[in-house]
Amino acid sequence: MQPMPIKHPFLTRRDIVGYAILAAVIFVAFPLLLEPFRLNLFGKYLTYAFVAVGLVLCWGVGGILSLGQGIFFGLGGYCMAMFLKLEASTPENTSIQSTPGIPDFMDWNQLTALPWWWEPFNSLFFTLIAVVIVPVAFAFIIGVAMFRRRVGGVYFAIITQAIAAILTILIIGQQGFTGGVNGITDLRTFNGWDIRTNDAKTLLYFVNGALLFAVLLIAQFVRKSKLGRLLIAMRDQEDRVRFSGYDVANFKIFVFCLGAGFAAIGGAMFTLQVGFMSPTFVGIVPSIEMVIYAAVGGRLSIIGAVYGTLLVNYAKTTFSESFPELWLFGLGALFIAVVMAFPNGLAGLWADHVEPRLKSLWPRGDAKHPASTSPATTEETPAE
Amino acid sequence: MFSDYSMSELTAIFAMQGFAGLILFSVFVLMALGLAIIFGQMGVINMAHGEFMILGAYVTYLMSNLFADYMPALFSIYFFIAMIFAFIASGALGMLVEWALIRHLYKRPLDTLLATWGLSLILQQLYRTVFGAREVGVTIPDWMMGSLPLTDLIEVPINGIFVMVLAVGISVGVYVMLYRSGWGKQVRAINNNRQMADAVGINTAWTDRMTFAIGCGVAGVAGSAFTMIGSTGPTAGQLYIVDTFLVVVFGGAGSLLGTIASAFSISQAQSIMEFFISGSMAKVLTLLTVVGILMLRPQGLFSLKLRK
Amino acid sequence: MSDSKKSTGINNLSRRAVLAGGAALSASLFAPKMLRAQDYPTAEINTTGLAVTDDTVTCGILHSVTGTMAISETGSVQAEKLAIEQINAQGGILGRKIEYIQEDGASDWPTFAEKARKLLVQDKVASVMGCWTSASRKAVLPVFEQNNGFLYYPTFYEGLEESPNVIYTGQEATQQIIAGLNWVNQTKGAKSFYLLGSDYIWPRTSNKIARKHIENFMEGCEVVGEEYYPLGHTQFNSVINKIRLRKPDVIYAIVVGGSNVAFYKQLKAAGIDPAEESPIVLTISVTEDEIRGIGGENIDGAYACMKYFQSLENENNQEFVSAFKEMWGEDIVIGDVTQAAYLGPWLWKAAVEKAGSFDVDKVREASPGIELQTAPEGYVKVHENHHLWSKTRVGRAKTDGQYDVVYETADLVEPDPFPEGYQ
Repeated sequence: MQPMPIKHPFLTRRDIVGYAILAAVIFVAFPLLLEPFRLNLFGKYLTYAFVAVGLVLCWGVGGILSLGQGIFFGLGGYCMAMFLKLEASTPENTSIQSTPGIPDFMDWNQLTALPWWWEPFNSLFFTLIAVVIVPVAFAFIIGVAMFRRRVGGVYFAIITQAIAAILTILIIGQQGFTGGVNGITDLRTFNGWDIRTNDAKTLLYFVNGALLFAVLLIAQFVRKSKLGRLLIAMRDQEDRVRFSGYDVANFKIFVFCLGAGFAAIGGAMFTLQVGFMSPTFVGIVPSIEMVIYAAVGGRLSIIGAVYGTLLVNYAKTTFSESFPELWLFGLGALFIAVVMAFPNGLAGLWADHVEPRLKSLWPRGDAKHPASTSPATTEETPAE
Repeated sequence: MFSDYSMSELTAIFAMQGFAGLILFSVFVLMALGLAIIFGQMGVINMAHGEFMILGAYVTYLMSNLFADYMPALFSIYFFIAMIFAFIASGALGMLVEWALIRHLYKRPLDTLLATWGLSLILQQLYRTVFGAREVGVTIPDWMMGSLPLTDLIEVPINGIFVMVLAVGISVGVYVMLYRSGWGKQVRAINNNRQMADAVGINTAWTDRMTFAIGCGVAGVAGSAFTMIGSTGPTAGQLYIVDTFLVVVFGGAGSLLGTIASAFSISQAQSIMEFFISGSMAKVLTLLTVVGILMLRPQGLFSLKLRK
Repeated sequence: MSDSKKSTGINNLSRRAVLAGGAALSASLFAPKMLRAQDYPTAEINTTGLAVTDDTVTCGILHSVTGTMAISETGSVQAEKLAIEQINAQGGILGRKIEYIQEDGASDWPTFAEKARKLLVQDKVASVMGCWTSASRKAVLPVFEQNNGFLYYPTFYEGLEESPNVIYTGQEATQQIIAGLNWVNQTKGAKSFYLLGSDYIWPRTSNKIARKHIENFMEGCEVVGEEYYPLGHTQFNSVINKIRLRKPDVIYAIVVGGSNVAFYKQLKAAGIDPAEESPIVLTISVTEDEIRGIGGENIDGAYACMKYFQSLENENNQEFVSAFKEMWGEDIVIGDVTQAAYLGPWLWKAAVEKAGSFDVDKVREASPGIELQTAPEGYVKVHENHHLWSKTRVGRAKTDGQYDVVYETADLVEPDPFPEGYQ
């Protein structure tokens, strides 16, 4: 890396413009241009962006590639789904069951009472806390166990993948408690408010967008803080940071937990907007696909992660509507292209091709803020 | 649960269960050997490993049709020829992939993971387009099906013995190549220190390509053998990928002995637990134990002592 | 509005009665019945804004053509397209050609929900033929109920469901299970059963029903083991040894997907040859489609219990099989679900023409009581609970991948998705 500039403003002018454009896209352009069905779809994509932003911090900045982010997305989503399911399973709604008042899948599996660990999810307050705390606690356990023993890189990736596999088998196998492979379906109301109507979905879209921005700003803060710079230093020369007296493991655990927390919020918002949660998200395939969202956006760019997520998912939906067979070729090629040809993703393309042209179009604007643009650009260069 | 049975029955069951464990062990060894070469020696995370195996399975399928149609007299031995072709086909594809993708990524192991994942998606869709979305049935020569009655009560599946023999054969072959040949010395030298290896005149590019190709070829042979015990379809390769990586990582990357020891312990644990508790929970417990041990001993069972 | 429809309906009935030889109230599969579109003004038969024009009506096809489930769902897609083509050749529904929009569920339940919403909300399809796994159906169910869509679901499944927005053209669990268990008990004298399945809701619920039936309704019979393996599991040697230890009369296997192939290959290799019938292998999850992957020589002699086999000998089925092969190739095989999927468009046509409208509410109202005299499986009828009355049959697998039908229930079996005494 080049020597860092001494001042690290939380938001450079370039960042502010970037976030403003993103806000305009999410809060103005999409709601105006898209019909409710498509808007809901984009809301769903944006829930994945939470995961991608977390991955930018863990992987792009910190060099920790987790192939198990789906675990945290899923856990967050399941916590929310449990609350919604309990709300939907009133004795009136479930009168056809042999034990009314418990979720339908429990009844199908001969459970006659609600398991004790489901009970707290009757409370909205508890649920909202659990949505974040449960996945973060899980991430903390994994993080402490792995990073304290200096497991990193490839090994960490494979072990997280194995944990995702274990959790999937467990959720599917314990279907009396979890809904099994079907997941938790047929969710209706959130604290009495019907989440299935178009109005509700639109409102949820905006809530989702606002939460995403909160997460983006937290990520931006971490990225620009001393912690963020230490993470980059660790990614490139872990031993030197260690020898400088820093406890490397703690930083890694923190950023891993942060990424898990982001993913969990995304999962909970997914459940609310889509109306169900299924174990397919906990598995390996979605976890790896989520990595590609971050990679397409540019693994170091927080804003890029959002665009990457939107682009890949939009392409997936469009392609699979018209050419389902070509889609897998396209996705596969995208993985390879991002790694081989565009390691900096969209953010790199923007910095290398679009920005210079913009500058040549408006030379005056460039002359005004030369200092704010150039260091940011160098930071985007990967250190590999 | 055993009180209703006579001593001889129990002996027979435990003997067969022992064989079941050994068969599972052989399956794991076959799955993992190719990856142990690629991941252990080269540090490349080949997520398309399962798809290379399935390529071997499809080659076997094609050969079985070919022999059934044109050389029915030789059908009983076609399987051996199919395995050779599976090795060649997967190895050739491996070479191509190394040339086109992997060689650019040796310094970015995590990126090989993403690129090969993309490759696996493309291969899956390719299989689906070429062979159809449905599974294909590979006809196995009669003599390879059925079982060998050792005593009145003990029967051993012939294909199980076949897989065991194959696993031993390939393990020995890989061992000889890695530890008793000049090529193996070069591979290990590159694994230890690429720059130095380059500096002393080892053709690292060519050695890498051959290593990757042989790893993929071994995967192809494994896939070919698995047509006897499993299914052959476009997505069947994904069934193996997590288990395979765990076996290799648990054994300690870079150690062939470690891979075999880890395949042995995982397979025995799983097979014994499957016998006493339900299948799903056995799998969960096995994986949990492996992950637990890996957390305590991240370098795996056996690891090379190296100065990095 | 309804008067004018009735009069044309009677005209058509008389014409069809001549053609079909007196099948007065049933919808007839192969006897052409030309309804003219101009007799049914679009404004009257479509009051809810569905994708119906003066010449066409659009339906959706929603199956996985990629991912692990593509193996199974391909046949359903083919059957539905065949049925649609045949209906169009006969003049379509109410004189309107059926057009379809096909979406890929990609073996992923959230994708199914997304695509279902797209079909209903954006494309406004008048009905959807689709889904295969229970999980995909559960995922789309709220979408269909909320947007008042209409789904024809082809797979045999676990029951415990009765949605106003779904017609279940496959058998629910009790239809498929009970007759088969009784048969194996009465004709083979089987007393002890080992239940085995893949680990998800259909095998678990089916085995639950099987266990209740064996323990409560079959005298002197018992379950000696019950076991589940993760989807995609490929190593069955341990459970095969357990089966040896327990010595059941019947292995009752509900293994699915790639595991199926592994299970039967390893069973045969371990010396338990289904053809020797000790123990008897009885399954409800292996259709002709699955045998292609397993290999006929590995499953020869196993019994399967379902409502349709390709080898059924009746005229309807012969026509169906030859039409299917003509469209999709000579070496294709047709399994139970494929046939059930084929019924979907025909049942829809019959219901729409009975209702004289594409409106979902009217089609729903018209659906119970719809009969198909000429279904490949024979006569079927839609029950009040949206399932089909159908016969249950037992087939014995042969090396060529087909089944010999060895037993069929004398009467249609009533669908009972919420069976008393089995929960």
